[in-house]
Amino acid sequence: MKILVAVKRVVDYNVKVRPKSDGTGVDLNNVKMAINPFCEIAVEEAVRLKEKGVATEIVVVSVGDKGCQEQIRTALALGADRGVLVETDAELQPLAIAKLLKGVVEKEQPGLVILGKQSIDGDNNQTGQMLAALTGYAQGTFASEVVVDGDKLNVTREVDGGLQTLTLKLPAIVTTDLRLNEPRYASLPNIMKAKKKPLDTLTPADLGVDPAPRVKTLKVEPPAERQAGIKVKTVAELVEKLKNEAKVI
Amino acid sequence: MSILVVAEHDNAAIKGATLNTIAAAQKIGGDVAVLVAGQGCAAAGQAAAKVPGVSKVLVADNAAYAHQLAENISLLVAELGKDYQHVLAPATTNGKNFMPRVAALLDVAQISEITDVVSGDTFKRPIYAGNVIATVQSTDPIKVITVRATGFDPVPAEGGNAAVESVGSVQDAGISSFVKEELAKSDRPELTAARIVISGGRGMQNGDNFKLLYAVADKLGAAVGASRAAVDAGYAPNDMQVGQTGKIVAPELYVAVGISGAIQHLAGMKDSKVIVAINKDADAPIFQVADYGLVADLFEAVPEFEKLV
Repeated sequence: MKILVAVKRVVDYNVKVRPKSDGTGVDLNNVKMAINPFCEIAVEEAVRLKEKGVATEIVVVSVGDKGCQEQIRTALALGADRGVLVETDAELQPLAIAKLLKGVVEKEQPGLVILGKQSIDGDNNQTGQMLAALTGYAQGTFASEVVVDGDKLNVTREVDGGLQTLTLKLPAIVTTDLRLNEPRYASLPNIMKAKKKPLDTLTPADLGVDPAPRVKTLKVEPPAERQAGIKVKTVAELVEKLKNEAKVI
Repeated sequence: MSILVVAEHDNAAIKGATLNTIAAAQKIGGDVAVLVAGQGCAAAGQAAAKVPGVSKVLVADNAAYAHQLAENISLLVAELGKDYQHVLAPATTNGKNFMPRVAALLDVAQISEITDVVSGDTFKRPIYAGNVIATVQSTDPIKVITVRATGFDPVPAEGGNAAVESVGSVQDAGISSFVKEELAKSDRPELTAARIVISGGRGMQNGDNFKLLYAVADKLGAAVGASRAAVDAGYAPNDMQVGQTGKIVAPELYVAVGISGAIQHLAGMKDSKVIVAINKDADAPIFQVADYGLVADLFEAVPEFEKLV
């Protein structure tokens, strides 16, 4: 079975981003970029399925500017076989990304598509579900366990209050949650090998998709700051304040 | 304008987050209809009809909707949603699961986890783990929106008397099926609905020590949460996680015990009315957002706190 994994280039999770002072966007000058953590989990899951003999080929796809090649190479170093970049400098929103990925799904015909549940920049949590709707495939979002069983997929999902297990008809779309696996580190020989793996480039026009945004960002601003309060010296003082000052207990 | 709110419910009753979502709908303004889709969900439909300000309740009662399978629910919501200008659902794991599918079926964007309504087409939502608040405007004819419950005070559950209509449409995609559900059973309130939340972090040192927090919680009628560090270390199950990738809570009182205050965690609790931090590290970032900070060894402070409250 061929697995398609989508990865996104995002600001590294250790970077604390700030809005630009004029409120037109987030200041991304000279910040470190990385593969979105949930996408890294998606790559790892595909590699594990290949190691188990379930998957035969892993194709990794990213959508965005040239810089995304870096994240595709990271995924190739982790064990993906070849890469596809849908290259565009346009501002991309989840619906457009899902349409572009649908185009790649039609070309590649994977048996399973794995994506991260959300990216840590836009925090939208939409692309996998939208891709599932556009392809008409079943979806297993927020997955903590994925088991391929013939032409079916059993997926355990992290839902409010616990876990839910579904059976999906393949091909299907899976989005990863944090506890699905712990991604490995790429070894130096694998990083070197990844440089020689094939990486094809497509454009939105090749896939017949207009990626124009549907949502305009009017303004970005920092969240309301919370003022630090006071330090209390004893537990008794704390309880007294909560009862008489804050009146919450 | 007319707005369709997709209720979160357990067939017997509607869940609290539905009331916050109806509040968001009322802030947009217009006629608010509520859809209750499930199996054997007539009681939940009746409960929705009692919410003041709801003009009608649509009940879609069919086996196809029994476990809120996204493939089936999204087809139903997209079919009904065509007649509305806004389709709203709570940003619970369930709402997050089916709503983007609805948006794609309608060929419109989804606006995720709004925390405020500026106008009928303009909304505020947090991005970058809550480090940035974006004001966004939709250019689509139908606005598909998920609502972060903590951004809106809930409307009352009782006082209205809306008409209840049954929806005959049966949408069964036939590509997914429910196997099982393992939900944590607890006598304590649900994390996102609790008036008081007490959470433990890596400072708890092991899962067994969480019993100190349970003792306080049982005395105060509180829910117990955990930081991602505590969940990753295996001290607490995942569904207790408070933070950007876990539950977003905004209780009257939030007590953070042995939690350093990583950005990730703050994103999930910083809208709480009163925050208490108990930590032995006086420089822990959690003290920068706490109304009351106590620098102390939690293993002494928490049992004493339990005795005094």
